[in-house]
Amino acid sequence: MSGDNAILLAILIPLVGAVLIALTGRQPNLREAMTLGTAGLLFIVVLTLVPEVSGGGRPQATLIEMLPGLPLAFEVEPLGMLFGLVASGLWIVNSVYSIGYMRANNEQNQTRFYVCFAIAISSTMGIAFAGNMMTLFVFYEVLTLSTYPLVTHKGNEDAQRGGRTYLGILLSTSIGLQLLAILWTWQVAGTLDFTAGGILSGKASGPVVGILLLLYMYGIGKAALMPLHRWLPAAMVAPTPVSALLHAVAVVKAGVFTVMKVAVYIFGLDLLRDTGHGQWLAYIAAATILIASLVAMTKNNLKARLAYSTISQLGYVVLGAALANDWSVIGGSMQIAMHAMGKITLFFCAGAIYTATHKTEISEMTGLGRVMPFTFGAFLIGALSVIGLPPLGGSWSKWYLMLGAAEASQVVMIAVLMVSSLLNVAYLIPIVARGFFLPAPQSTPQPVSVGAAAAPRPRIQEAPLFCVAPLCMTALGCVLLFFFATPLYRLLEPIVAP
Amino acid sequence: MIAAHLPVLQIVVPLVAAPFCLLLRRGTWAWILSSIVCLAALVIAATLLSQVLESGPISYELGGWAPPWGIEYRVDVLNAFLLLIVSATGAIVLPYARRSVAHEIPESQHGGFYTALLLCFTGLLGVAITGDAFNLFVFLEISSLSSYVLIAMGRDRRALTAAFQYLVMGTIGATFIVIGIGLLYMATGTLNMADLGARLPAVGANRTVLAAFAFLTVGATLKLALFPLHFWLPNAYAYAPSVVTAFLAATATKVSIYILLRFFFTIFGPTFAAEDITLQRLVVPLAVIAVLVCSTVAIFQSNVKRMLAYSSIAQIGYMMIGIGFDTVTGLTAGIVHLFNHAATKGGLFLALGCVVLRIGSCQLDDLAGLGRRMPLTMFSFVLGGLSLIGVPLTAGFVSKWYLVQAAIEQDNWLVAVAILVGSLLAIIYVWRVVEVAYLRPAPEGTPAGGIEAPWSMLVPTWILIGASIYFGIETSLNVGVASAAARFLLGVAG
Repeated sequence: MSGDNAILLAILIPLVGAVLIALTGRQPNLREAMTLGTAGLLFIVVLTLVPEVSGGGRPQATLIEMLPGLPLAFEVEPLGMLFGLVASGLWIVNSVYSIGYMRANNEQNQTRFYVCFAIAISSTMGIAFAGNMMTLFVFYEVLTLSTYPLVTHKGNEDAQRGGRTYLGILLSTSIGLQLLAILWTWQVAGTLDFTAGGILSGKASGPVVGILLLLYMYGIGKAALMPLHRWLPAAMVAPTPVSALLHAVAVVKAGVFTVMKVAVYIFGLDLLRDTGHGQWLAYIAAATILIASLVAMTKNNLKARLAYSTISQLGYVVLGAALANDWSVIGGSMQIAMHAMGKITLFFCAGAIYTATHKTEISEMTGLGRVMPFTFGAFLIGALSVIGLPPLGGSWSKWYLMLGAAEASQVVMIAVLMVSSLLNVAYLIPIVARGFFLPAPQSTPQPVSVGAAAAPRPRIQEAPLFCVAPLCMTALGCVLLFFFATPLYRLLEPIVAP
Repeated sequence: MIAAHLPVLQIVVPLVAAPFCLLLRRGTWAWILSSIVCLAALVIAATLLSQVLESGPISYELGGWAPPWGIEYRVDVLNAFLLLIVSATGAIVLPYARRSVAHEIPESQHGGFYTALLLCFTGLLGVAITGDAFNLFVFLEISSLSSYVLIAMGRDRRALTAAFQYLVMGTIGATFIVIGIGLLYMATGTLNMADLGARLPAVGANRTVLAAFAFLTVGATLKLALFPLHFWLPNAYAYAPSVVTAFLAATATKVSIYILLRFFFTIFGPTFAAEDITLQRLVVPLAVIAVLVCSTVAIFQSNVKRMLAYSSIAQIGYMMIGIGFDTVTGLTAGIVHLFNHAATKGGLFLALGCVVLRIGSCQLDDLAGLGRRMPLTMFSFVLGGLSLIGVPLTAGFVSKWYLVQAAIEQDNWLVAVAILVGSLLAIIYVWRVVEVAYLRPAPEGTPAGGIEAPWSMLVPTWILIGASIYFGIETSLNVGVASAAARFLLGVAG
């Protein structure tokens, strides 16, 4: 299959899948088969693009000329390839998980759920493979709108309020700031194509670069740069599979992916470094990393804590872009994959706990580790990966980011990264410790026995298989990513050394 | 043979058919006749547009009297485009009209309704096609008088006061226009618009000409409801029958904007408006205020139809911003938005008409739970709303893209930001409806089951909404024609 067709197929397959899911809505088993089949097929199609891209090829496709000089065009480069692989691969796992979660919790409107999910994935593919900023923006907005019904899935007052924050921040930043930046870029550079070395270098200078960068960074609300991060915790009212794939992987990664794209292909690393505008962006990113971690510690709701953790981890990618050197960009890009694998595991675990016990608050999870050993084991692995400890994938992205900070002689940033890792330990590990080591609260006070060992071992009571299997797989993925990071590095290398 | 007479047929066919509707008396027959007429008008308009695009402007001498003495029908890119908008709206709205009119208007008035509708249709087409300034006034009066009648037919008794209000304001506007035309005739001795354009530079900007310009501008802005001369519009739109609201929203204000374009650019010429009057300083601030104020007012409306009416005034503001810039990009933006907004707002009002048919109200609170009960109607409303906001892949995005670009070209950052703020306000007023329809449960005691509107109404609604999506993706027709018209008006080659 030639690359051009594969790109268009990658966008089309989930859309066709959405139609099929809608048509088979009355037979749940068939409908779920459609979701799984679509996800599998999509991953295969995305995989076929890998050899060409890693061989230095840049498959292209043009759909239609939307406005004169501004076609809806696609071009797969390494960064997009990586993002496409991560999103489509994890969709398979997530679909399995969705089936378990949605059925076990008897959620309403499941057909609408799967349809919107497929549309969201299609637009994620559009973002990953976009060949110019206009195309990226189009799919960026489609992604926002197609995830709104997922966020408001429950349809109650909470969902309405969450949805309002979600849509309000994402749409207003993208239309108010990002669109303005895009139009300005178009005016200044005369093109919006992603070009190695950047299209603004040589065309813009001085304060214009700074203002444009500010408009882009806050216009890309999905990157959740503080203080425009409120939508992400608000989106946690959604069912957990949505939080897992969309608000730990597809949507937020679409944000930081766009940040990377803009930094590398619109501004160009040289421009960011030479004008010094990367500098203040790095400080904003650092502040986001630290503040979000601190806020995460105060959250008792597990999903809220994970959401703030995500905000903090997204800051790593923005930091990588802001430091604007080879190592930092590779580190930031790797973080997209590494964090995705770790965070989706954590969300899967949160959902599994909710499914099995209907508990959402961390303080209620005392002793649960002994009841749900697989879930808590996977949680530990995911947490360690997010913290960045070997032998887990997350350690590599931190490693390269550290190298990048050293390369830029930013000692402060090295310190920020280290402190952040400690903060991660502080808010993630206690959850596991509480689960495994603290005794479960007794409903009736018992007379103090001679030793804790005398208490009967609690029976293992895990969530349904469809929930537990995916989270074990992603936990395994975190480990594999540590040992097989070389292909990833080779794939990303051409971004900085064209 | 017939091809040569197309310009006059465009007017004569609906004009002659109108009285027959009254004679037919029975609603159904009148409806069939007017549907056929509108369809025929659409075919004629499409043929004219393709002829103009192929071989340049067409001139038709009425009764064989050569211009500038006789009345000339002159079709160029701009008004061929307008003819297409008006006749397409007519052809799409009429199939829809049968069920909606049967529901909202007493049977005995049906003949009269279709007569008035066809006369209004004729008048709007006539304004667009004629090349004679006084003839333009006559057609404007035909369309205005019939639209007063149409608005007064609304079920709500307040429709009468709304129609009266519009009558007063509309008549003042029309009078101003005729005074302006009279002054121009005094100064130049001709009524043919192309001839006026040729003779005025020799006369120069004397007081008579300036007074004429002022009267024409104010008269036309009254008719097109530019802030602060918009007070007649919300009531007229809110209380008119659904079909009439959709038809007028898509056509009447657009034709008035066309009148302004003709006056400014064909009669006075682009340099007069730009240099002698500094139009930009006058029109752009008013238009920006219209966008911001009326979008904000729309947020606080409890009647959805009224909300859309205020949104219309804001959207007219967008068009006037583009026109006020007086550049190719600005005019392109204005004209393309004229087309895009006609499709979007027409579709939205049709969707509301479906709601009125089923639940008899368009109060926001009554829409609770409709997302489930009328899925197709409400989804079309959502898509139309997205186009109002200007989300990519909708026609509204294309307009805003050009409009902001025109503002940036002039380094007019305040206006660029104002346009985008207008979009953000649109998010709020559109999403109020979406939340009520989809997230608020239907009131207790509502019978379960869908109450989807009939196909005869859904299909026209979806055609317009579909158009507002289609023309956001495949833009060669709307943007192509609009930029050709803009270059034509400004006399720029290419």
